[in-house]
Amino acid sequence: MGEFVLTIHQLNKTFFTDENRTQALSGINLQVKDNEIITIIGPSGCGKSTLLKIVAGLDLDYDGIVLVGGSQVESPGRDKGFIFQEHRLFPWLTVEKNIAADLDLKDPEVRAKVDRVIELVKLKGFEKSYPKQLSGGMSQRVAIARALIRNPKILLLDEPFGALDAFTRSHLQESLLDIWKENQTTMLLVTHDIDEAIFLANRIVVMDARPGKIKGIIPVELHHPRNRAGVAFMEMRKEVLKVLEYAEETSNSWEI
Amino acid sequence: MSIMEKSRPFPATLPTHKLKSPIIKKESKWRNTLIGIVLPLVILLIWQTLSGLKIISPILFPSPVSIAKEFYDMFLTGELLTHLNISVQRAALGFLLGGSLGLLIGLIVGLKKRAEHIMDPSLQMLRTVPHLAITPLFILWFGFGEVSKVLLIALGAFFPLYVNTFLGVRSVDGKLFDVAKVLEFNRFHQITKLIIPSALPNILLGLRLSLGVAWLGLVVAELMGSSEGIGYMIQDARQFSRTSAVFVGIIIFAVVGKLVDSVVRLLEERLLRWRDSYQG
Repeated sequence: MGEFVLTIHQLNKTFFTDENRTQALSGINLQVKDNEIITIIGPSGCGKSTLLKIVAGLDLDYDGIVLVGGSQVESPGRDKGFIFQEHRLFPWLTVEKNIAADLDLKDPEVRAKVDRVIELVKLKGFEKSYPKQLSGGMSQRVAIARALIRNPKILLLDEPFGALDAFTRSHLQESLLDIWKENQTTMLLVTHDIDEAIFLANRIVVMDARPGKIKGIIPVELHHPRNRAGVAFMEMRKEVLKVLEYAEETSNSWEI
Repeated sequence: MSIMEKSRPFPATLPTHKLKSPIIKKESKWRNTLIGIVLPLVILLIWQTLSGLKIISPILFPSPVSIAKEFYDMFLTGELLTHLNISVQRAALGFLLGGSLGLLIGLIVGLKKRAEHIMDPSLQMLRTVPHLAITPLFILWFGFGEVSKVLLIALGAFFPLYVNTFLGVRSVDGKLFDVAKVLEFNRFHQITKLIIPSALPNILLGLRLSLGVAWLGLVVAELMGSSEGIGYMIQDARQFSRTSAVFVGIIIFAVVGKLVDSVVRLLEERLLRWRDSYQG
């Protein structure tokens, strides 16, 4: 178990609302290796975001084992960097101060780290800008830098590019891969975009709704940079769709 | 936006919020100030003409020129500055006492639900009691001396800062608290790096209102009986029918009040540069 950055074993999660109980996640098992990018895809209501919140420690009400770096997740923390769908920057701080947040920018060590991540997310020249002056894509990169400077064991991304336009999104996906190559960051990314899932992942986790469970894990062995229009990519797309459609069929039969 | 995303590396020069050149901005600022002066100027001119033509009573409405002369005389004798000095001291002391308490208790009540349940109902009840109703009680308790005056001013200055700080703390975006959790802010950083900056627009509004009320409280305190201060000066001038001196006192109140307000607005402009709101 020790070699895995993230280990999820027999994870169950139930939501209780008055008299109803909804099984949100059922028997989730997943192991993530160092330097792996895992994307999670599935129909809405499959609990993929809930799963991510549990790994982040933002939701502690569950049964099962969730280990990050070998120890049980008991609270949110810097070792589990979290990127929300919205950038959630502090509007009163400049880019560099947002990245430093509670760290002291006057400390030369912090300063050097901030400069490095700013370079990494390609925001040089924008250090002194306020969030209101940035585009959506730039803001999201600041959020990523803010997480990276704290050297997380794993970076958790909850539909991070979902609110961006198609061009910015595909550009940020490339940026994320650049960061991954340079920084060797392990990532767990939730998305509803099949192309995004294939483009980024070492493995794609396909989930099924009601109850949320893993339907299949598809390894992606295409070389980077991946050509979204290539034949191999299209084949991959068909494969994911097959598993997904199967997933949606069974979830429909649940509703009937 | 997407084009900017694509073209990397980014140029070293960047688009900042200073879209207009500073010279143009300065000019238009002067113009705005000038526009603000036009209305009072017109009123003064009409006033001067009317009292020059003896259409309005020079005893009830001394002409602007004679008021200016009175102002100058009172300034020369040192009368004006002595009174102004003591008034400003009273207002400042009262404001500091009431305002800082309002800020502190507003923060505590905002941060702790328990503190809210204990204190807020009583404070809200006290808040609705008018100044003038409490004045007799303060005179009975503390006499006509400085203590009752400063406390009266403090009481008035307390509430705007209390209410607005409380409101500011409670309107911090809950989503940013999740960020603070993920970044492992300790309680101290949560307050200094998240809650206070986020509540700052409200706190500064409270500050402005508190200063206004402190100034108002000063008049009440000084009119209720005193031997120095601008309020006393007005009262004294009234007894001797020196209407122009009454006007001088009123003008002093207006000018100092406006000056203090401008300072806070300047502070607002500097501290709240990050805000992305409608500028009119």
